[in-house]
Amino acid sequence: MAAPVPVPTPVPVPSFALLTGPQRPADQRERFYHLLPELLAADPRAVALLADIGAGHVDLPPSVADRMVNLGIREQLLVSAAGGLALTGMRPIVHTFAPFLVERPYEQLKLDLGHQGVGALLVSAGASYDMAGAGETHFGSRDVPLLDTLDGWTVHVPGHADEAETLIRAALPGDDRVYVRLSGTSNARPLGTGPGPSVLRRGSRGTVVAVGPLADRTLAAVADLDVTVLYAATVRPFDAGPLVATLSEPDVVLVEPYLAGTSVGQVSGALAGIRHRVLGLGVGPAELRRYGTPAEHDAAHGLDVAGIRRSVTAFLS
Amino acid sequence: MSPPPTTPTAFRYDDLPGLLARMTGDEKHDPAALSTLDVLWVLYDRVLRVGPGLADDPGRDRFLLSKGHGPMALYAVLAAQGLLDPDELSGFARFGSPLGHHPDRTLVPGVEISSGSLGHGLGLAVGTALGLRLAGRAARTVVLVGDAELDEGSNAEAVQYAGRAGLDGLTTVVVDNSSATHGWPGGIAARFAVEGWAAVDVDGRDHDALHRALTVPHAGRPLAVVAHVEPEEAR
Repeated sequence: MAAPVPVPTPVPVPSFALLTGPQRPADQRERFYHLLPELLAADPRAVALLADIGAGHVDLPPSVADRMVNLGIREQLLVSAAGGLALTGMRPIVHTFAPFLVERPYEQLKLDLGHQGVGALLVSAGASYDMAGAGETHFGSRDVPLLDTLDGWTVHVPGHADEAETLIRAALPGDDRVYVRLSGTSNARPLGTGPGPSVLRRGSRGTVVAVGPLADRTLAAVADLDVTVLYAATVRPFDAGPLVATLSEPDVVLVEPYLAGTSVGQVSGALAGIRHRVLGLGVGPAELRRYGTPAEHDAAHGLDVAGIRRSVTAFLS
Repeated sequence: MSPPPTTPTAFRYDDLPGLLARMTGDEKHDPAALSTLDVLWVLYDRVLRVGPGLADDPGRDRFLLSKGHGPMALYAVLAAQGLLDPDELSGFARFGSPLGHHPDRTLVPGVEISSGSLGHGLGLAVGTALGLRLAGRAARTVVLVGDAELDEGSNAEAVQYAGRAGLDGLTTVVVDNSSATHGWPGGIAARFAVEGWAAVDVDGRDHDALHRALTVPHAGRPLAVVAHVEPEEAR
């Protein structure tokens, strides 16, 4: 059964501070910055490409300092240069906030990686609204659906810093196109990195698939409902094996931390042979034009415990 | 310098019109294809360390055609240099041909980048030059752009960074046929120079002048060669 959702103790720190305290799970982004020197030292092909974001948070020894390149605030060049590096056999690790990594240089992702037939390891921060106070310009809920329009991307949505580290380490040696979506929200403990979704709970009235950092609250929301709960830290390719293998009633709810409905087509495709229903929960497409906190945006999009419970209950009743 | 072609026939510059005609079917050629012909010939015949035996050599020089439209000149030069089977030319732009109106590097081994959408080659070239520099290779990266292509803002990001980073393995050839809709008052070379590039203007039809410009020493700085050719209207 679900572990009780930990209630973080509020700490009076600036909202932009990178802080790992004992009172909450390790921060995914901070883990990435701490990991980078080791990744660069371990793999001579690895080159970290930055566009200012993160540059002040990484301390590199002189032996690998030349393989972290900060291009300044130049996100088109960020992705094009990654393509060029990959063409020479290097393995670019490309990092900035989600909208500036996927939306602004979308054509560079399509042409300078995909069309060239090369890959890179993209690591984004900020997720859908980690920087809630920054507003729409810094919101990244469209990253995963945009990557869905492109060929050959693996998409990881870790729910814990340990998962993020495992997934980044595993992706580094390859030459393929990998997107790791770091979030400011994490589950209390790692729940598995697959390769396929893991089964958190078994039930008989339907299935709820929780993606990445939304697992703990999803478990809390359906704690007294007779449903199977799956956990996915990797959504592309979408491995529907465990979903099909554990299916009870063919009613499936997806709880995704980016644009609502992003994986509905994946589930529908996997269940095409049977009559089924799918509900895709996630971030709504409408601009809220609100600031505040991530928790307030969760509530506004129905992605808090109460909202998920409300939607799942209505769907299954 | 260039390694000898492995094809039975050694082609010369004078053979290029015939090779182009295999693609176009007649002697009329798209001006976009011809504006680059002399630069391409000089690069492949006299400047770049490339050749049939070096296709997979990580230390080979790289030529990146950023201005992907009008690639017939590139295909013709690659064929003349033994990097492409001349028999492929006659299938140009057909469904099963590796040769399209914009080149695809995954279909043509001698083509270093797939291009067509403007403003991507310079950024790719910056990454390529960075990768070669990090690997300790002396290989050159030469990217060809058009004066109108420089309208794309992505080029500015690449030009600025390459200059600041002192990427001396990188050379940009701007083939300037005065086709940019709003022009470049004060000239294109000045825009590279102010960003820290070595920049030279040259007659884009003069092979010896092109050779001198493309081999001018530029230690510690990337090189921009602005090759002026006749405006399209003059044809």
